[in-house]
Amino acid sequence: MKRLISFFLLAGLTLVACGEEASQPVPEGIAGQTITLLTHGSFWVSEGTLQAFTDQTGVQVELLEGGDAGEMVASAILTAGNPVADVLYGVDNTFLQRALDADLFEPYASPALSNVPSALQLDGQHRVTPIDFGDVCVNYWGDWFDETLPPPGSLDDLIDSRYAGQLVVQNPETSSPGLAFLLATIAEYGDGWEEYWAALRRNEVAVTTGWEEAYYGEFVSGGGDRPLVVSYASSPPAEFIYADPPVESPPTGVLLDTCFRQIEFAGVLKGTPHQAAAQALIDFMLSDTFQEDIPLNMFVFPASQTAALPEAFVNFARLAEDPYQLPPADIEAHRNEWTERWTQIVLR
Amino acid sequence: MLRLERVSVRFGQNQVLNQVDLTVASGEVLVLLGPSGCGKSTLLRTIAGLETPAAGQVFWEEQNLTAVAAHQRGFGMMFQDHALFGHLSVAANVAFGLRIAGWGVGQRQQKVAELLELVGLVGFEGRSVETLSGGEAQRVALARSLAPDPRLLMLDEPLASLDRALRGRLVNDLGQLLRGLGQSAIYVTHDYGEAFALADRIAVMDGGRIARCGRPVEVWADPQTEAVARSIGHQNILSLDNQGHCVLGRLGGQAGLVLVRSDGLRLAPSGVAARVVGSVFSQGRYDLQVEVGGQLLQLSAVEPVGLGDSVYLAWPDDAVVPLVASADG
Amino acid sequence: MTLRRLAWPVVVLVPVAFLGIFFLWPVTNILVKGFVGGRLWELLHEAVFWRVLWFTVWQAAASTALALVLALPGAHLLARFHFRGRSLLRALATVPFVMPTVVVAGAFIALFEQFGLNDGAFRMRHTVWALLAAHVFFNLAIVLRTVGSYWEGLDGRVEEQARLLGARPGQVFLRVTLPRLAPAVASAASVVFLFCFTSFGVILLLGGPTRATLETEIWRHAVWRGDMASASALAVVQLGAVMSLVLVSNFLQRRRGGREQTRLDSRPMPSRRLLGANLGLLLVALGLPVLVLVERSLATGNGYSFDNYRALTVRVTLLPVSALTALGNSVLFAVVATALAVLVGGFASLVVVYGRRSLSHFFDFGLMLPLGVSAVTLGFGMLVALDAPPMDFRSWRWLVPVAHALIGIPFVLRTVVPTLRRIDPKVRESAALLGASPFQVGRLVDFPLAGRALAVGAAFAFAVSIGEFGATSFLPRHPDRLTAPLALFRLLGTPGDLLRGQAMALAVLLMVLTGLAVLVIEGRPSGRGVVRGDF
Repeated sequence: MKRLISFFLLAGLTLVACGEEASQPVPEGIAGQTITLLTHGSFWVSEGTLQAFTDQTGVQVELLEGGDAGEMVASAILTAGNPVADVLYGVDNTFLQRALDADLFEPYASPALSNVPSALQLDGQHRVTPIDFGDVCVNYWGDWFDETLPPPGSLDDLIDSRYAGQLVVQNPETSSPGLAFLLATIAEYGDGWEEYWAALRRNEVAVTTGWEEAYYGEFVSGGGDRPLVVSYASSPPAEFIYADPPVESPPTGVLLDTCFRQIEFAGVLKGTPHQAAAQALIDFMLSDTFQEDIPLNMFVFPASQTAALPEAFVNFARLAEDPYQLPPADIEAHRNEWTERWTQIVLR
Repeated sequence: MLRLERVSVRFGQNQVLNQVDLTVASGEVLVLLGPSGCGKSTLLRTIAGLETPAAGQVFWEEQNLTAVAAHQRGFGMMFQDHALFGHLSVAANVAFGLRIAGWGVGQRQQKVAELLELVGLVGFEGRSVETLSGGEAQRVALARSLAPDPRLLMLDEPLASLDRALRGRLVNDLGQLLRGLGQSAIYVTHDYGEAFALADRIAVMDGGRIARCGRPVEVWADPQTEAVARSIGHQNILSLDNQGHCVLGRLGGQAGLVLVRSDGLRLAPSGVAARVVGSVFSQGRYDLQVEVGGQLLQLSAVEPVGLGDSVYLAWPDDAVVPLVASADG
Repeated sequence: MTLRRLAWPVVVLVPVAFLGIFFLWPVTNILVKGFVGGRLWELLHEAVFWRVLWFTVWQAAASTALALVLALPGAHLLARFHFRGRSLLRALATVPFVMPTVVVAGAFIALFEQFGLNDGAFRMRHTVWALLAAHVFFNLAIVLRTVGSYWEGLDGRVEEQARLLGARPGQVFLRVTLPRLAPAVASAASVVFLFCFTSFGVILLLGGPTRATLETEIWRHAVWRGDMASASALAVVQLGAVMSLVLVSNFLQRRRGGREQTRLDSRPMPSRRLLGANLGLLLVALGLPVLVLVERSLATGNGYSFDNYRALTVRVTLLPVSALTALGNSVLFAVVATALAVLVGGFASLVVVYGRRSLSHFFDFGLMLPLGVSAVTLGFGMLVALDAPPMDFRSWRWLVPVAHALIGIPFVLRTVVPTLRRIDPKVRESAALLGASPFQVGRLVDFPLAGRALAVGAAFAFAVSIGEFGATSFLPRHPDRLTAPLALFRLLGTPGDLLRGQAMALAVLLMVLTGLAVLVIEGRPSGRGVVRGDF
């Protein structure tokens, strides 16, 4: 029932937003073309959203999906210069530098960027455009904690013996949220990050290979016995929407001081014969029509500030005010060495 | 000695062996003769312990073997298609049972050499079984079965797949070998020539029962039933009418069947008239086929006769033997 | 014996072209990167590499040994005894083969929980045993059916001889039966080893973060570290290992014995206890994880019901199509992949059996390789190699079934070749003397006799395709063509009990579908029509 309400709310919001939206100028001469959008497996928008683009511009969009984010980027790099698609969506800030170094994109500064906070615009040359973002944070199981044992407040609390054996994280070598959490600790502790992880290990942190295992295997939500897990800021709304039986409010919450910001970008691939149409698609992806469709489909937050959020997000989604971030160039330069050291400290 | 008491075996609805009684004395060669499907192989397998009887017992001396497992009975068996161990050499095949019994290497080697000499395959130790001819393979199989000194050796049509000349030779060799060793044996065949050549006693099987058992001479002279008579090669079987008449005259007192043994029937200057319809030269004598009153009869003669000749037949009284038509007995 | 006609060049060229374009060319493209800058040479000097290699070999060997030991009693059962439900058991044994690794891993994790094997000191998950158990579960089918089928064709009287010569049942098995089974065991063991050697999902999910094999390292280097040079170097090592294995295994199988007689009439009913014990073992090994899945699929927030199944017909927000459509896509791809595997595999079998020696060896070797090559290598290879006309296939919608077919072909080969080899040449010669051209001999003699073997190979190819070969996840595809296993990944990728329950329901449907398909494709084996192929 709640799902139905959320759906109608979203539909209503979309209609309202559509009416108010200022229409973007449509480039000449692209009607009738077909372009391909390469995405990762978690990409989806509602039926009709992409149709709206075709109605506006006359350009058809075909979707191609190439595995998860890392696989997609690797594919794109392998096919640089002769790309399988015209636009790529889904490269995030942890992979960004790698993609930029491989010279995958044609720079394009969309007029709609005026609605996007500059904090999200990580590439000064506009080779990529931010589309959405989310936070990777430690989630906690509400019922586990109370006045005597409140949920941990910060990264420091996680190495407190009161929370021994309660945290599960993912291997940063094989998991995107795992990597994000590692980067958060590096952002917080700088060179002292290795000591922090040694302390976490002493505090009996559990490590899994991927997100599913952590969330469904070790975390209380999936039947495990640990109340703290590295997951997304959008996980509580998802828990709420997909609860069975339905609940009043999500059973999980987010530790806002442990969050690392992940931003997802789109870019026009170099070598595409349909540059103008591709650019029109980028513009459309920043439009309210598209941006408002994002939260309930992909469980991330729209980059554009003019987009309205669905009710479940308004009620239950929290964004960190000052999340951890690291420059993409740093991430790319040190990532392998960081993850190797991490493996030594935590796993061996 | 081996004794079977009322052994019955069923396969599903099929009654394959029906209350079989049998004995084999120590050192005796018993031949089981019968057409295909009469249960000879099943009987062997039951004795060996490879089939379980639905009823009846198997005894060796006084020990009841019915519940004893096949590998503990001490019986050997040779199959028609030798079933040699393809992955082992000739020597390893022959020595298999010895190895199981725990013989040492030296002892095994010696015994293998002895056996191979016995079956006429000296020097074959290292050969691979795949390269052997049919006759050689059967001899290896024989050596293998003899190696563990079985109390009883069973041979299931071992020569059936070999050519005639080879068969003839091997039957003789086999007979000599078995007698020489004093080996108790049951030999199964559908060829009555082989049967008579080897047997100390013959047991004729038909439809899951032993129809007639005895020394070859006895069985030949008095087969008792028509089925047995035909299976051992008799052909001069005549039916008598209610007064005991047949084409050769009055041979009995009432209706029934009668056998006139071909070794008794002879050409004579006078007697019952017959016409020669076939003559085959075989091993120095003439196997004749004559026709009397529409009936064909076999006999043997020393002198040649021409086709279509009229001849006279005579026979001694003891060459006439009454038969029963069915196999009840 | 030779089919020299215009048809013959076609029969040879089709598999060569298929293998060349879709396998050799893409894989070579990737492997050359491993030689760039001497990366391969460097790799061989790193201690980590040797540790990884050792673990890869060790876990594959242990899984293979366990699978053999556990499956042999079952193979004996299938080979020597006739009992009701025999074909059902064979179909059931094939089902695990099909299940996507993520589902199997989930089932095992749930299984460990059910039996309290996950608490405190007794953590099963992330132990090597969990990994081995999952591998055995997957691969039981291969051993059961390869060895069982071959065993069926062996003359039982040789064993009887051994018994009569005094050997106890145990001795009979060790000294006589096992050596005779050697070719079939070698064949099964090599396939199982290959699968376990390149196992990916199971290692990742059940092995935990501390365990790495060549395959997972290739993936990690290519995708996470962006280090294609190292990934390719590792792939070269992997391919080298696989090639040696295939050579050895092919050699062992050539020593298979000649024509054996079979006594199809003497198949007794087994003793109740023996049958019960064997069946029990098999059912536990195969059935427990399946049962756990079924239970999970029926569990909803309101107790047990079919709600999860009903939900599959509706499009969930997270999936581009309804789950049932995804199933339909899977079936469509599987049908195409099977058809390709049958065609190419059938032709290749003819070449292996009737062709010139060198050609025969080349085919026998080359067509087995896809089983052992890393999914990453193949998937990325296709992306890189097939990007320009005349081979611009990388966005082609049917590339996915083609990749599946590459895996299905070895199965067809392994079933059809032994059967063709056992056809008495006199039968073919008689046909020729009665006026049949070589093509007609093929059609009227070879095809009917090998038809059943082809069906069994096809069933396996179908099952493999439904379970989705890893390379296809690296190929870009249209979301409408989402297949069931990928849908499963999605459903499991977002929090929420609803989605999880639906994922379980989809997994159960996938299994049922495969079981049915296997039964249908193989038909009911008639008493005389025993398939003496590998499976």
